Amino acid sequence: MATTRRMVLLGGATAAGALVVGYALWPSDRIARLNALDTADGEQFVTNWIKIANDDTITVVIPHCDMGTGIFTSLPQMVADELDADWSKMRSEQAPPDKLFANGALVEAFALNGAKPPAFLQGLADNTFRFVAANVSVPPIGYIPQITGGSSAVRGTGIYGMRVSAAAAREMLIKAAAARWNVPVEECSTAECKVMHEASGKSFGYGELAAEAAKYSPSPTPKLKPKESYKYVGKPVQRFDIPRKVDGRNKYSIDTQTPDMLYAAIRISPVFGGKLKSVNGDAVKGNRGVEKVISLDDAVVVVADRYWRARDAVATLAPAWENGANGKVTSAEITQRRRDALNGTSLKTDVDEGDTAAALAKGKVIEAIYEVPYLSHAPMEPVNATACFKDGKLEVWAGTQDGLGSRAFCAEAAGLDIENVTFHLTDMGGAFGRRLPGQYNFLTYAVKTAMALPGKPIKLIFTREEDMQHDFYRPNVMSRFKAVLGEDGLPTAWVNDYTTDDTANPQAHILYGIPNQKISAVVVPTHVPTGAWRSVEASWHGFFAETFVDELAHAAGKDPLEYRRALLKDKPRHLGALNTAAEKAGWGTPLPPGTARGIAIVESFDSIAAQVAEVEVSDSGVKVKRVVCAYDCGLVVNPSGLTQQIEGAIIFALSAARNGAITIADGAVEQSNFPDYEMIRLADCPEIEVHLLETGDRVGGGGEPGVPPLAPAVCNAIFAATGTRLRTLPINGQTITKQG
Amino acid sequence: MTVRLSVNGETHDVDVEDDAPLLWVIRDELKLTGTKFGCGIAQCGACTVHVDGQAIRSCITPVASVAGKKITTIEGISAGGPTPVQEAWIEHQVPQCGYCQSGMIMAVTALLKTNPSPTDEELAASVTNICRCGTYPRIREAVRALAAKG
Ligand code: FES
Ligand code: FES
Repeated sequence: MATTRRMVLLGGATAAGALVVGYALWPSDRIARLNALDTADGEQFVTNWIKIANDDTITVVIPHCDMGTGIFTSLPQMVADELDADWSKMRSEQAPPDKLFANGALVEAFALNGAKPPAFLQGLADNTFRFVAANVSVPPIGYIPQITGGSSAVRGTGIYGMRVSAAAAREMLIKAAAARWNVPVEECSTAECKVMHEASGKSFGYGELAAEAAKYSPSPTPKLKPKESYKYVGKPVQRFDIPRKVDGRNKYSIDTQTPDMLYAAIRISPVFGGKLKSVNGDAVKGNRGVEKVISLDDAVVVVADRYWRARDAVATLAPAWENGANGKVTSAEITQRRRDALNGTSLKTDVDEGDTAAALAKGKVIEAIYEVPYLSHAPMEPVNATACFKDGKLEVWAGTQDGLGSRAFCAEAAGLDIENVTFHLTDMGGAFGRRLPGQYNFLTYAVKTAMALPGKPIKLIFTREEDMQHDFYRPNVMSRFKAVLGEDGLPTAWVNDYTTDDTANPQAHILYGIPNQKISAVVVPTHVPTGAWRSVEASWHGFFAETFVDELAHAAGKDPLEYRRALLKDKPRHLGALNTAAEKAGWGTPLPPGTARGIAIVESFDSIAAQVAEVEVSDSGVKVKRVVCAYDCGLVVNPSGLTQQIEGAIIFALSAARNGAITIADGAVEQSNFPDYEMIRLADCPEIEVHLLETGDRVGGGGEPGVPPLAPAVCNAIFAATGTRLRTLPINGQTITKQG
Repeated sequence: MTVRLSVNGETHDVDVEDDAPLLWVIRDELKLTGTKFGCGIAQCGACTVHVDGQAIRSCITPVASVAGKKITTIEGISAGGPTPVQEAWIEHQVPQCGYCQSGMIMAVTALLKTNPSPTDEELAASVTNICRCGTYPRIREAVRALAAKG
């Protein structure tokens, strides 16, 4: 990919930590502090994130968490190439939650490169910039993130950080060797963890040079390798973590073991915002193992010597709640509120091109209203955390998507200085956005429980029911379109009004070049907490826009693929993805009766995903038989790992499209566990085919962009098979009949 | 209330209620944490272990009901190094977060013992575990490869 000067400078800055001025301000004691914080015998930090040991082992310290996406292998691949390493010497480990390993500079990396930071980072940008600009130390409870989300690990940390940090380290190792040999650096080269001097035939292993190399300042503009010379990037390298994930060895948050541990189970006010009025804790005081019943503001917790005892005890309590007006809210009422808002006067327009009013007046207006439901993340490992408050200090073990921020969060929840809080970030059994900042209710309750019963570590585990009923949901959103077609059948006007829980959604801006466009949002607050759910806004706007475009194609009497091709004729990357998906799926070739194909294309997190779904509709329902995805993210670091992410995204999206709905009755979530929030299982898993493309010069994300095209591709296929147009999700429960 | 359990070839006398769920006894009493909690109501399979060679969901199994029976957990089947199923899992790079995989591997291992060459349909009918990360295509590939070896 093309490397601009700006990116290199910026990368230098990122590699040096949260200092936008770059290495000039690389504090002279930084390496010493890194070494003190996180090295074993014989290890030495050379630049931040990169440690080299005596035996040449290179350990990449990853400022992200492991929630299953494979970045603990793909980021080392990027380092190995820039550092001319030998793959057998590469390792990776989790960075401790310390500001030395903050990735706050990610925000600048996106902003200064002209890219939009992922939505979840935007709210944090202010604090981060203030920290960077002032170059101050971390305030006691500041927000310096170490976030994993927004599909940002490879395209942010990897591209702007790891590569540059590794390239700078390589130059420092060369300088150290050249100084020892007393030869010019130009005469030295590197390969397989060695610096070589060709003329004399001498060489040093990196391990021999690390301590001296670390004394040099890292260059702000190290020379980066051209893509053609990559040896590891682009290869399906096996993930480091997989052997320990097949034999039960991998430890997750829920596996935290400490001596003397107690267990806690919780019941939170079923109605969001409700308060605990009273509870008779005496009812379980005589139960075997029960240590304490703790009344919190909006929950009751039972602590016992074993988890099942705590769980069973809390289930038998009969807490009384104060729910207020929220106790009456229903899904139907929320939907009505959204519909009213779309017909009201509070819409704010953020795209207004051409003259939509005039264009709409010129033809037959095609109009449709869409809606998607709330969705729960339901990670396989229900949220949980272990906390111990002892002698004025708090220690917490949990899996979150931001280790450093979690430490600050726990300090604030406990009312302690951050120095008195230790946070152990663990691996987690999935997250999908559930464990992002802003959604730390499991930390709050674990910390409050520990504070109420000091002296012993207490592991608080949400039951699946609590996890599902106290999530931060993918919002319920309604969207209305109006369009008019020109003589060629293509739209001349596109008017879209949609609801939002908070801010306007950039993802509502469409890919297609339509001359007259007006896109407006209206904020409709509800008491239901919402948050980032894998692919965030793209998960709903992808469905809305790509289904409506299909409606327009049908109204124009055009093939949906041809129609999109015409609309994307000036966008070669999008066309490439669209054509690849269509061709590999055999678009246009005959299928058995009752079976049809649908297509959709969505760009999100700087990646383009086009999918063709092959769907059979029969008396026994809808069966998605095959999904073909073409995916262009600019640079593929690990094709096996990326394909795995896209397969997972497709299945995640299919579970939601087919069955996913969180509904509200009496102010509370109606669903509670997998029978009423059903998942795709092996029997319903389609054949999935992924084709990776690498065009363009901006690297896109891998974890999320595979989600959004799935629902519209499937619903467009259902329309092609039956003539029934689905404008709401999920599919199950809707009447699909073969139309004329 | 002492219950005598045989887990991975070792005998344990545990002092617990008769109806304590086997899952939590394995995790909290025996400290074998490879077996996971996902739903607690026999829906997801994360807690799958073998009782006399059969895959069962330990979260709803009262501990007294398996007293004296041969219980095997993921730690038990792994004791002698990776099994063919685990090797296939590594070769096909199956796990993502990995949380469901103990249960998946236990369920697949039990199936292959009675049916070494299952079809896709037989696999899907027998292994109904949930994987939220969506590793099913690779599970299917790995089992196809194992089935081909018979
Ligand atoms: S935890 Fe036992 S089946 Fe889900
Ligand atoms: S690998 Fe994450 S739930 Fe299966």
